[in-house]
Amino acid sequence: METPPLLAVRDLRVALPAGGDRVDAVDGIGFEVHAGEILCIVGESGSGKSLTAAAIMGLLPRGVRATGGSIALGGVDLLRLPEDEMRRRRGRDVGMIFQEPMTALNPLMRVGDQIDEVLRVHTGLDEAGRRARVVELMAQVNLPDPDQLRLAFPFRLSGGQRQRVMIAMALALGPSLLIADEPTTALDVTTQKQILALVKAIQSARGMGVLFITHDFGVVAEIADRVAVMQHGRIVEVGPVDQVLNRPVHAYTRSLIAAVPRLEPRAPSAAAAGLPALVARGLTKTYRSAGGIFVRRRVVEAVKSVDLTIRQGETLGVVGESGSGKSTLGRLLIRLLPADGGSVSFQGTDLLAAAPGRLRALRRDVQMVFQDPYASLNPRRRVGAIVADGLLAQGRPRAEAFARARELMGLVGLDPAGVDRYPHEFSGGQRQRIGIARALAVEPKLLIADEPVSALDVSVQAQVLELLNDVRRRFDLAMLFITHDLRVAAQVCDRIAVMRRGEIVETGPTAEIFGAPQHAYTRELLDAVPGRAWSAGQLANDALYTIPRES
Amino acid sequence: MERLEFIAQRTLKGIVVLLGIVVLNFLLIRLAPGDPAAVMAGEAGASDELFLQQLRQQFGLDRPLLEQLWAYVANILSFDFGFSYRQQRPVVDLLAERLPPTLLLTGTAFVLSLAAGVTLGVMAARRAGRWSDSAITVVALFFYATPLFWVGLMGVLLFSVTLGWLPAFGMGSVGVKLGGVERVIDVGRHLVLPALTLTLFHMAVYARMTRASMLEVRDQDFVRTARAKGVGEGEILRRHVLRNAILPVVTIAGMKAGYLLGGSIVVETVFAWPGIGRLAYEAVLQRDYNVLLGVFLVTSALVIAVNLATDVIYSLVDPRIELGA
Repeated sequence: METPPLLAVRDLRVALPAGGDRVDAVDGIGFEVHAGEILCIVGESGSGKSLTAAAIMGLLPRGVRATGGSIALGGVDLLRLPEDEMRRRRGRDVGMIFQEPMTALNPLMRVGDQIDEVLRVHTGLDEAGRRARVVELMAQVNLPDPDQLRLAFPFRLSGGQRQRVMIAMALALGPSLLIADEPTTALDVTTQKQILALVKAIQSARGMGVLFITHDFGVVAEIADRVAVMQHGRIVEVGPVDQVLNRPVHAYTRSLIAAVPRLEPRAPSAAAAGLPALVARGLTKTYRSAGGIFVRRRVVEAVKSVDLTIRQGETLGVVGESGSGKSTLGRLLIRLLPADGGSVSFQGTDLLAAAPGRLRALRRDVQMVFQDPYASLNPRRRVGAIVADGLLAQGRPRAEAFARARELMGLVGLDPAGVDRYPHEFSGGQRQRIGIARALAVEPKLLIADEPVSALDVSVQAQVLELLNDVRRRFDLAMLFITHDLRVAAQVCDRIAVMRRGEIVETGPTAEIFGAPQHAYTRELLDAVPGRAWSAGQLANDALYTIPRES
Repeated sequence: MERLEFIAQRTLKGIVVLLGIVVLNFLLIRLAPGDPAAVMAGEAGASDELFLQQLRQQFGLDRPLLEQLWAYVANILSFDFGFSYRQQRPVVDLLAERLPPTLLLTGTAFVLSLAAGVTLGVMAARRAGRWSDSAITVVALFFYATPLFWVGLMGVLLFSVTLGWLPAFGMGSVGVKLGGVERVIDVGRHLVLPALTLTLFHMAVYARMTRASMLEVRDQDFVRTARAKGVGEGEILRRHVLRNAILPVVTIAGMKAGYLLGGSIVVETVFAWPGIGRLAYEAVLQRDYNVLLGVFLVTSALVIAVNLATDVIYSLVDPRIELGA
């Protein structure tokens, strides 16, 4: 290009503290961001993409430092600036937005004051001038009623609103470069769509350069002009978005893209027409805050009179955004939460009315796989004990239970010798396999999987989904699969129930839901899936990619 | 509006708890083995049957229990806490006399220990891992681990006996009539040693708490956000880190304040400080039940009041607190 780049990173190295899994978190990378373009850095967790962003901001975590190379912003090498000079550039020349809108704002400070802080630190504006500017900025990011909202504390705002506040803050001084580190990852799809559109609109209106970090190829397809793919601290491929997404050259890029779940419903499994395994009728749950003499009670109808049937051998997906009641529903079904009304018929018994003894026996046949593979395994117990627990609780002999645990480890694709190790010695994907082995140990008839792959990288996600499909076939399980991700739902579900505000608005075979959605909300959800247009083209190109096999 | 409702609600709850304590107080005496009249007669040093009869009538002990309870509550409500036969004075007079010195001593110690503890905690957190951090920790833990009376006695030995700088006991110089400023200075000089003894002990908890809390908060996302905005380190520390880190300290301080206001038996005894703590200690030794119950009631009321104040302060510091929830 003729014009000099806005940001030029050359041979950047960031060293990890001694004892890390590699010496350099960022291993001699180079790239450029030009004014008016969006460069996406895409990669899996641990690839070094977030540390790259932190290095540019001069905000590397304690113990981590840039050991080589240069980061030139407008011709000035940021790595060689004294801290005081760097501080003046932060917020003024480079704005940054972060992943977690829940934690990225100071909980004790009014949102208006947090935006104001940027102006107060960097400009000589008086209070009235700053206030006017804060209101103006909040209006620019489409926050409702800025004059009132600026006085609110962050906890009063929704996730999307908080992210808008972050954006207003980052844009307050009109920086030439915006760094966005997974800014939409924690948001619902419909909110994500709005935020992406907002970033793009502001970027093109101001001619800013944007460095956008994400793990999600759908998001890349939506927003990027150019893409850099990172793996193990190196950039393996860089190029225009169309080229990288549709004609990837590097094997790693190909395998990553191949792992992105297609937006195409899979063929229903043959057994899906089996007998009903679980039938729920009129299931209702209302949360009420305690309330008191002076305090108004708050009432949230989390699940409103839900009917659903899961057949033997089929996977029923429950999709919806956060707060739609899908997790509550999962818990109600096996009485982890008491329902306010309705019935759950399982193996000829109403689970909700079963006596404690009978309930225990029934629960043996229903197992759960949880979302967070890090938090859901007891860190102080060996994996073998975790997997064998259910069997021991059933009174099976120790030796038999542990033998079975080894068998199950093999079944979920882990080394049976791993039973003697602790959960922290396993990666996220491996832990989720342990979670699945644990659930399978007692040979359940029904598996309830609550967002089992949302904490995993795409390539790992693909493997775990395949494993779930495989065990469902092999054990002839009925499965309830709770997810917010329509791509994932398309891959594993025979039928899908769409939930919104505690109600199932639409139920049907996966192909029908995707092909001919009836309810407006279903259409809205489908429409918000990032990278839809790309996915459609991608299906035609499928021959290009190889599905990665498990190592 | 929400806050006023909250305060009203908490006050109401406090009053209910206090009434519960009054009832408990009443039952304590009645449930104690033996005849309360005999106990009182014993306290008064007389025990003939006629005096017992008179006592029973005087205190309504011959009436039904509920009626007695009602009379007791009515007495308490009119600030009649009974009579100390040992000291031959109404209990309420004793309490009124002993409460101010305790509030002066423990109030001073509370403010000083909180200020010193938080300051040390902030200093330690800023130097985390360096020798000065360890030094602060060691000093704080030393005074926390050492018995109060020992620290007090060592203070007396050094500053009163050896150096002769400060008086060793009491709240005022004996045998001199002082007025105005001179009296204030005199009380102040007497206050130094007992207040410092308490401060050194209680400071450690605040220091440790503040340090740990600061270290946790400084790694949180919103601190990184503030840096990304270009805010200076000093301001980040004040406006973002300390503001958030202080929350658990407020909780602990609230719990400690109530406890401190009840007087410190050890320190008041070591320094012959004429406060509630020493009054309680003397009452225990002399089996002066009415005084003990009076102390019990007053300290309970203080703890409840402090808890209420803590809740209100907390709700002011942290907007996320759902008022009343």
